[in-house]
Amino acid sequence: MGEFEVHRVRFFGLVPAGVRCLACQPRGTRLALARTDGAVEVYNFAVNYFQEKVIPGHDSRSVEALCWAAGDRLFGAGLNGEVTEYDLARLCAARSVDGCGGPIWSMAANSNGTQLAIGCEDGSVKLFQVVPGGIEFERNLDRRKGRILCLSWHPSDTHIAAGSIDVLRVFDVCSGQTVQRIMVNYHVQKVKRECVVWSIAFLSSGTIVTSDSFGRVQFWDRERGTLVESHTVSTSAVLSLAVSEEEDSIIVGTSTGATYQFQLLPVKAGSLEKRWVRTKPFQHHTHDVRAVAHSSTALISGGLDAQLVIRPLMEKMQKKGYDAALRKFTFPHRRLVSCARKARLLLFQFSQHLELWRLGSTDETGKDGEVLPLCRMPEHLVQLKSKGPEHIYCSCVSPCGSWVAYSTASRFHLYRVQYEGNGVSIKKVPKMPKLLLPAYQLQFSSDSSSLFVASARGSVHVLQLLEPGGCKHQHTLRPPSGSPEAVYLLASSADGHWVAAVSGDWAIHIYNLKCFKHHCSVPTYSCAVTALAIHPVTNNLVIAYSDQQLFEFSIPEKQYTAWSRTVQSCGLHRVWLERDSPITHITFNPKNPSHILLHDIYMFCVLDKSLPLPDNSALLMNQGTLKQLPETARKRQLHAFKICKKFQPLLFADLLDENCLVMVERPIMDIKTQLPLPIQQKKFGT
Amino acid sequence: MAAPATLRVVRCGGGTLHGARAVFSVDAYLLCASGDFVKMYSVATEKTLRVMGGHGDLVTGIQLNPHNHMQLYSSSLDGSIKLWDFMDGIPIKTFTVGSKLLALYALASFEDSVFVVIPKSGERDTFQLVSVKLTKAAGQDLEAKELSVVLDGVDASPKCIAFGREGEYVASVKEVNLQVYFFKRKQLNRFSVSAAKTKSGNNHFMCIACHPTEDCIATGHADGKIRLWRNFYHKKEYTFSTLHWHHDTVMDLAFSLQGSSLLSGGVESVIVLWRNESEHQRDFLPRLGSAIEYISMSPDGTLCCTLHTDNRITIINSNLRFSRSIQGLIKSTNVKTGLVVDPRTKALVLNGEPGHLQFYCLQSDQQLFSLDIVQRQYIHQAGLNQTDLVKVAFSAQGEWLATVEEREEVTDPELQLKLWFYDEETQSFKLNTRISMPHEDHITDMCFRDMDEVEDESLILVTTGSDCVFKVWVMVEDTDPEGKLCVSWSCDFVGSYHNYQATNCCFSEDGSLLAVSFEETVTVWDSVTWDLKCTFCYSPGKIRNICFGRLTCSKYLIGATDHGFLCCWNLLSCALEWSAYLNIVVLQPDPLSEHIAAISWLSKDSSLFVFKPNEPRPIYIQRNFCKEKIQLAVFVPREEPETIGSAKYLWLRRSQLFFLTATQELITLSTKSLEERLTPSSKQLAVEDSLPVTPFSLLLGKHRRHQSQEDIDLGKLVVCNKPEQDSPAVKELLHTPAHVLPSASFLCPVFINSLLISKGNTSAEEVADEVEMESEKTEDDSDEERDVTEMEQEDTSPVELLGEITCKLSKSQEKELRKLRKMDYSWISAF
Repeated sequence: MGEFEVHRVRFFGLVPAGVRCLACQPRGTRLALARTDGAVEVYNFAVNYFQEKVIPGHDSRSVEALCWAAGDRLFGAGLNGEVTEYDLARLCAARSVDGCGGPIWSMAANSNGTQLAIGCEDGSVKLFQVVPGGIEFERNLDRRKGRILCLSWHPSDTHIAAGSIDVLRVFDVCSGQTVQRIMVNYHVQKVKRECVVWSIAFLSSGTIVTSDSFGRVQFWDRERGTLVESHTVSTSAVLSLAVSEEEDSIIVGTSTGATYQFQLLPVKAGSLEKRWVRTKPFQHHTHDVRAVAHSSTALISGGLDAQLVIRPLMEKMQKKGYDAALRKFTFPHRRLVSCARKARLLLFQFSQHLELWRLGSTDETGKDGEVLPLCRMPEHLVQLKSKGPEHIYCSCVSPCGSWVAYSTASRFHLYRVQYEGNGVSIKKVPKMPKLLLPAYQLQFSSDSSSLFVASARGSVHVLQLLEPGGCKHQHTLRPPSGSPEAVYLLASSADGHWVAAVSGDWAIHIYNLKCFKHHCSVPTYSCAVTALAIHPVTNNLVIAYSDQQLFEFSIPEKQYTAWSRTVQSCGLHRVWLERDSPITHITFNPKNPSHILLHDIYMFCVLDKSLPLPDNSALLMNQGTLKQLPETARKRQLHAFKICKKFQPLLFADLLDENCLVMVERPIMDIKTQLPLPIQQKKFGT
Repeated sequence: MAAPATLRVVRCGGGTLHGARAVFSVDAYLLCASGDFVKMYSVATEKTLRVMGGHGDLVTGIQLNPHNHMQLYSSSLDGSIKLWDFMDGIPIKTFTVGSKLLALYALASFEDSVFVVIPKSGERDTFQLVSVKLTKAAGQDLEAKELSVVLDGVDASPKCIAFGREGEYVASVKEVNLQVYFFKRKQLNRFSVSAAKTKSGNNHFMCIACHPTEDCIATGHADGKIRLWRNFYHKKEYTFSTLHWHHDTVMDLAFSLQGSSLLSGGVESVIVLWRNESEHQRDFLPRLGSAIEYISMSPDGTLCCTLHTDNRITIINSNLRFSRSIQGLIKSTNVKTGLVVDPRTKALVLNGEPGHLQFYCLQSDQQLFSLDIVQRQYIHQAGLNQTDLVKVAFSAQGEWLATVEEREEVTDPELQLKLWFYDEETQSFKLNTRISMPHEDHITDMCFRDMDEVEDESLILVTTGSDCVFKVWVMVEDTDPEGKLCVSWSCDFVGSYHNYQATNCCFSEDGSLLAVSFEETVTVWDSVTWDLKCTFCYSPGKIRNICFGRLTCSKYLIGATDHGFLCCWNLLSCALEWSAYLNIVVLQPDPLSEHIAAISWLSKDSSLFVFKPNEPRPIYIQRNFCKEKIQLAVFVPREEPETIGSAKYLWLRRSQLFFLTATQELITLSTKSLEERLTPSSKQLAVEDSLPVTPFSLLLGKHRRHQSQEDIDLGKLVVCNKPEQDSPAVKELLHTPAHVLPSASFLCPVFINSLLISKGNTSAEEVADEVEMESEKTEDDSDEERDVTEMEQEDTSPVELLGEITCKLSKSQEKELRKLRKMDYSWISAF
């Protein structure tokens, strides 16, 4: 018999939305990403590409273009015709300005981020001034028919190149006049077909780079309006294009899922003549690559298959290591599943609805690795649809399974779920207390008597749950020094004494719930917190950071534990540190207090504090070899990390009771079948 | 005429290996390393102009001298570099390096040194690129010992090293590594591709080419990809792009003259032209026949030449149009058909391209044509069972052709017997009957009843199969739906013997008897009633070959067993006449004489025995005449019987014997010395052969023929007897272009003097006649071969002959002669 009975859950039908656009923060370390459902995410490269902020989508607010302006202000524009500024501290749309030109297809900021240009359906290019507290309409440029699909500023801010259907135009920013009009036609035996300029880039040398629907990447001379070079990279459309800051490299994305790099290379050694050469092809995506970005060290592409691929440029890397690895992100770096341990329920969070499932059960036992037959099938109990256009921020189910809570941007809902035999009745709790919304994280206390609501400005609301279906605002916990950022992670202790909260500036505050006072804060660490949990026995706070470091902080003693100090002095195993997905959940085994259970997308790990830490020469993933060793040799080989990679991609893992685990998987193939068919390509030999 | 002491073994085509890329000379000649020769072809006429021999081993590299484009460097495994004047075929200098040379590169930017690849001393299978200083000292044989190592650890293949623009750098590939050495900076950069193994093969480097004007290196890989490397002077910021069309190994790459396009070729036998290094702008020239081994460009960029694995050379225009192909004997994977002589064209017929039958002209060393038998698209894929041609037979007149094709399957082979009729209108074979599965198992042998009568009824085809039967196929007449009379073939008789596998069959010369061998037994059948007449059996061992004797020896049947016995049975007494202990691999009767050639293979040497069946003692034995195993042999009838001095070689008079070795090299035996053999080829160069036939020349020819015949009647043999080789002055006058000739007054006395017979009794008009006769003789000799050769025989002592003939003239004849001279022949010109 194995150590755990595992529920292998594959009925979480999550389909991540495709990537619509990408924007690298100029001279910064952040990457903004917009998905086709209107969600905006911010990844921070400085902290191991962690998905730092997520602003859930909105039905009427699709995002067609994103750009950073005035340092770290993020603007988005979409087909609703509005330019929206996002509040990255409160994770919501701050304010919107109507562009007055119909749907907006493109937006670009000038080099110093003081002006925004938008391209509209009606063919107009409008300039907006970025002012503190919003944007102000400045003026219209020369307007012609045909939607403006892409825009690019000249680095000197004097000209704007705009791509439309069959034509690209160059505007003088000062006069607002069209100074150059270039036809981008495509003739096939006298039949003229519409040629869409999907993407454009204006280089400082005066060269304009376009990508079009005939698979061409073309280089134009702005002064003369002539074609300098043309590269056909694909038989289908080239949808996106991005230029590096040094303007010596271009990445393009095609609708077949392939991306190509162009490099400006000298024709001969030592000569000044340079030419754009198509160099590396990459095929990481299966569907349209709608967005690409070029950071200083990596090529970034996002496709309709919901993947964000970061492909580092090896020649820019100083050494092999963490940064030099290819990484692919499909799933969010946060938990979308919550588990009611006692009631054996799982709550799945989708963008606009929730699903409550009861786990199946078995009455048989078997050997290690055996699949047991179910005596009761898993059951879909409730589907809760969120009303209105707003998408769900967070959700939670109480450990007893009788409370379900979720929050959208403007509303907060709490439901009372009652189980009568096989039937389930669900009742909305009326008269909710007025809270500062939205809520970014919800957490029930372990006895299901209270609910912690993470809120903006570092505050945490404590709601008391009343039988038979009511609630009362009890207290609001605030950090003593105040914080502009919202709380995004919560952890409560099993004995109901403590709650820990992490805000967007990565500060961890611990509050005492008996007296509703700030107890202490964990020493700050320069990395994002990806998961934390309080040990039910020792009340030690275990923290996982995005650089894969693990800390253990004793709440009663207000200091790091001895084990944590040994970990810091010895260092973690190199292989552990080079993993590229963050730990998203931590839990404990009450039967074995020295065990910490953690998981990321690709592995599940039981960390045994009582065993020695492995050094770099030891094999980190040694479970397979250990099995083959005799008992005595096995003792010597044992180390603290016991890693299982059987379940992939792993979205959630939790311990139901002492010897029962639940693993929520979402196989990539299941997602692929939900996506539309990719472009048919002839493959040799098939 | 002094008889040569021995027969010479002459290699006359096929088999030779291309060791290096071909080279175009500036004036449209193509130079090609072929075995241990360097061959020079004319691009315009596809003819082999010159064969330069002198190396003792495989020629591994040829390069034009960059400082004198009329000279050629060649390197060989024998360790020497030769400098040739290829226009005259003269070796100018020989530099001895001392170790095996595996590749040769000559660059304009290096004044007096060339680059060669040599094995590293003391280490096996490691090679290095060295530069060799060629000393300018006088003398023909020089030592070149000044070597300096440029690159270590290079590949042995000449395709794995390339020199960059203007000799700035050299790039070499081996396995998964690319190294680039910059001469000026003395910097060596190494790059590698990940040694990934995919199902399409590994990505090892196979060949390399450098851009002529830019810093760009193209490499071909075993998985069919082409990588274009740039920025390789940075160790880290190098970059490459990939072009992928080939599904199998890229065998060679070549940049165009300006570097705007790249040519690649591989096993697919398709030339791919990549324009502007773009994956989407490519053109193809497909169906080049066989895998491409080397690609080279002409110096003016208008032509490109591909050397193929089957020894074909294809010349392609720069706009990717097929221009012409130089093809001698096409090398096929396995010559299953054996060597057959086409009775119509006297061409050698054997397997050519996969599924094709090649007709190879022995005289001109050219392929006459290729007949598609299988008529199915050939798919280049490893492990795919292809339909291939296994047997071929011609009827006596060459009107019918029977072919058997077979697809190798593990359980049961797929067989087809096809019968082709020669269509006079289209001048090619037309499919008449297709019989699928003629036998249940492999067909082992096939023959027509070889009768010279033109009656169609007597034409019979016999096939023997491993399914223990032999089948007799005859023509049947029937009417097609349109009511036209047509013939087709159908099975007439099935014979078997004790359920043994039938292995060989053979008809006697008169066609009355058929011998079929069944494993260890030879059976003889009456070809009219199909009764089993008698059986022969000798010693254990299966029968490998059988044949009937011919002419005076037609009562004998010869058989060779695989236990090493050669037996001769007398058909009249049904008894063994004699036997000999010989491991015979090939048994070949001469169709025009009683002689039978047998070739034995003993451990490492092939030996030839020629014998007559009626006497057990062979007429001729040549031991160890070839180091390789002789696979096949054939007697090819000569167009004219050769004059053989020694009685020992009389068996070569009517036919010539050709052999095909295991490496598919065609060799023959010749009594002539080397100089004699080479004269015809130099004759080919002469202008007169290619003189166009004008109405005037025809008329003139007719007139002269009349005259000459009359002259012969008059016994004026002496006039015709004048051999043309004896008059260099005539030749000079006729063959030198008019604008370089000296004045006529200067030439005239020399010319006339040369025509005078030493005795000096011929008059001036006769001299003039003589000149005319001579040129006429060359025109006529195709018509009257026999006469001419006889005349040439007599030619050995012209003076004596002259005396004899003039003696014989009686007085009355002299009178008649005078009369004739007075007659007016002007009426002839009216014709």
